[in-house]
Amino acid sequence: MRRVIAKPVAAAIVVFARAITAVRAIWPNEGIPQGQCVYFANHSSHGDFILVWAVLPPSLRRRTRPVAGAEYWLKSSINRFIGRDVFDAVLIERDRDKRTRDPIEAMAEVIDSGASLILFPEGTRNQTDAQLLPFKSGLFHLASIRPDVQLVPVWINNLNRVMPKGEIVPIPLICTVTFGDAMQIEAGENKETFLDRARRALLDLSPKHPGGDQ
Amino acid sequence: MNANSDLWMLVLGIFTLLVVSSTIGYLLQRRLPAGQSNAAIENLNARIKAWWIMVILIGLAFLAGRVGVLLLFGFCSFAALREFITLTDTKRADHWALAAAFFVVLPLQYWLLWERQYGIFSIFIPIYAFLLMPIISVLRGDTERFLIRIAEVQWALMICVFCASHVPALLTLTIPGYEGRNVLLIAFLVIIVQLSDVLQYVWGKLFGRTKIAPSLSPSKTVEGFVGGVVSATLIGAALWWITPFTPFQAGVLALVITMMGFFGGLVMSAIKRDRGVKDWGNLIEGHGGLIDRLDSVVFSAPIFFHIVRYWWSVT
Repeated sequence: MRRVIAKPVAAAIVVFARAITAVRAIWPNEGIPQGQCVYFANHSSHGDFILVWAVLPPSLRRRTRPVAGAEYWLKSSINRFIGRDVFDAVLIERDRDKRTRDPIEAMAEVIDSGASLILFPEGTRNQTDAQLLPFKSGLFHLASIRPDVQLVPVWINNLNRVMPKGEIVPIPLICTVTFGDAMQIEAGENKETFLDRARRALLDLSPKHPGGDQ
Repeated sequence: MNANSDLWMLVLGIFTLLVVSSTIGYLLQRRLPAGQSNAAIENLNARIKAWWIMVILIGLAFLAGRVGVLLLFGFCSFAALREFITLTDTKRADHWALAAAFFVVLPLQYWLLWERQYGIFSIFIPIYAFLLMPIISVLRGDTERFLIRIAEVQWALMICVFCASHVPALLTLTIPGYEGRNVLLIAFLVIIVQLSDVLQYVWGKLFGRTKIAPSLSPSKTVEGFVGGVVSATLIGAALWWITPFTPFQAGVLALVITMMGFFGGLVMSAIKRDRGVKDWGNLIEGHGGLIDRLDSVVFSAPIFFHIVRYWWSVT
C-alpha cells in the first residue's frame, strides 16, 4: 500500500514545489553531468533535496537518493513515509555517541549499488546570515574511499526565503538550482584543502544579487 | 454589430498577423547558410512562438467569459508578483506580510472585481493593504531597512496586483450602447500596447540610429519610438469599430496607451538595472519573465480605465 501511493505522492510534491517556486535548473556549459554523481548542495530548508530532485531529468532522478538526518525523518509516521518511501532517502544517524552505523559506510554502500546521492556537507540547515556554513568532514571521507565518483556542486537559491525555519506557509518566490562542473578528490589531497576547494566551488555558484540569476 | 462577430474578425486578423510573422521568421531562418545559427533570428522565432501561446490563452479566456478573464489576469498577477518579490530584499520578519500579499490581498482584489464592488476595489490596495501590510511586518519587531522593505512590498502590490487588475476591471464598466461588448475594450488595450511594443522593436531594428535612453534601455531608439507610437496610434484609430469611441477618440486613447506603455517599460527597466538582472524571469521563452511582457500593459491599464470610466461609463 505504502509503495503504491509513494509514487503519486512524490509527483504531487514535485508539482507543488514547481507551482510555488517555478524552479529552474542552470546547467554548466558542458551540459548535464552524466553518470553517477554525488551532488553536494547548500542547505537551508527541508525542501532542498526536493528542488534538486525536481529539476533532474527523470532518467537521472530515478537513481538519485537524498542523504538526510534520521532524527528528523524518522520522527513521525508522516516524516517516515515521505523520507523513506517517497524519496527513498539514505537516513544517517548524526549523533556520534548513539549511532549504530557509520554514515560514511552507509553512503558508500549506496554508491556501490549504482545510485547517485544528494548530500548537504554543512551537516545541518543554515539559519545564520552567512551564505554557507563550514563543511563537515563527511564529504571528504566519502570522496576518500570512493575517489572515482564525480562530485557536483549544486547551489539552491532562494528556497530559504520561500520557507524560513519555523514558518508553515510558503511564500511563492522563483528558485533556481545551479549545477557546477564535476570535481574529484586529488591523490593525496588533505582534508582542509579538499573541503576548502569544494566549498569554494559551491560558493562560486551563488548569486551576487538577492534573488538574482547570478 | 454584435460582440461575437467583431471578436471573430479580430481573432482572424490576429491569426493572419501571426501566420505572416511565423512565415517571415521561417524564411529568415531558411535563408541562413546550412548549419549556421543567428541569435537574433532564433530569439525572434522564440518570441513569435510565445505569441501564439499567449494569443491562444487570451482567446480561451475570452471564450470562457468573465470567469476566464478574471482567472487569467489573476494568474498573471500571481506570476508577476512572484517575479517582483523575488527581486526584492525582504527579510524573515516580512514572512506574514508576504503571505498576506499572495494569499489574501491578491485573491480579494480579484474577488471584489467578480462582485463588481468598484468602490472598495479602487481603494483596497492603496489604502487598506498600504496600512495593514506594514502593521503585519512591524509586529515582528525587526527595524532593519524597515522603510525600504515595506515600500518594496507595497510597490510590488500596486504594480502587479492593483494596476494589472485594471485590465479585467474594464468588464465592470457600463457604457450605453456598448452592452455586452466590454471584452473588446480589453482586446483594444492589449492589442495597442503589445503592437506598440512590437512596432517599436521592428521600426528600431529597421531604422534605429539614435539611442533614446542609453542608460536604461540600450536597445530603444528615437526612430523606433516615433515609428512605433505613430503606427500604433493609427492602428488604434483604425480599430475604432470595436470600441465605443469615434476614430479620432480611438486614436487619442491609443496615443495615451502607447505613451504610458513606453514610459512604463522604462521604469520597469530601471528597476531591473538597479537589481542587476536582464529579465524579470524566464516564464515566456524569448521574452523573459511575465513582467517583461506586462510592464507596458500595467502602466497604461489604470489610465485607460479611468479615462473610459470618466467620459463614457455611467457606473
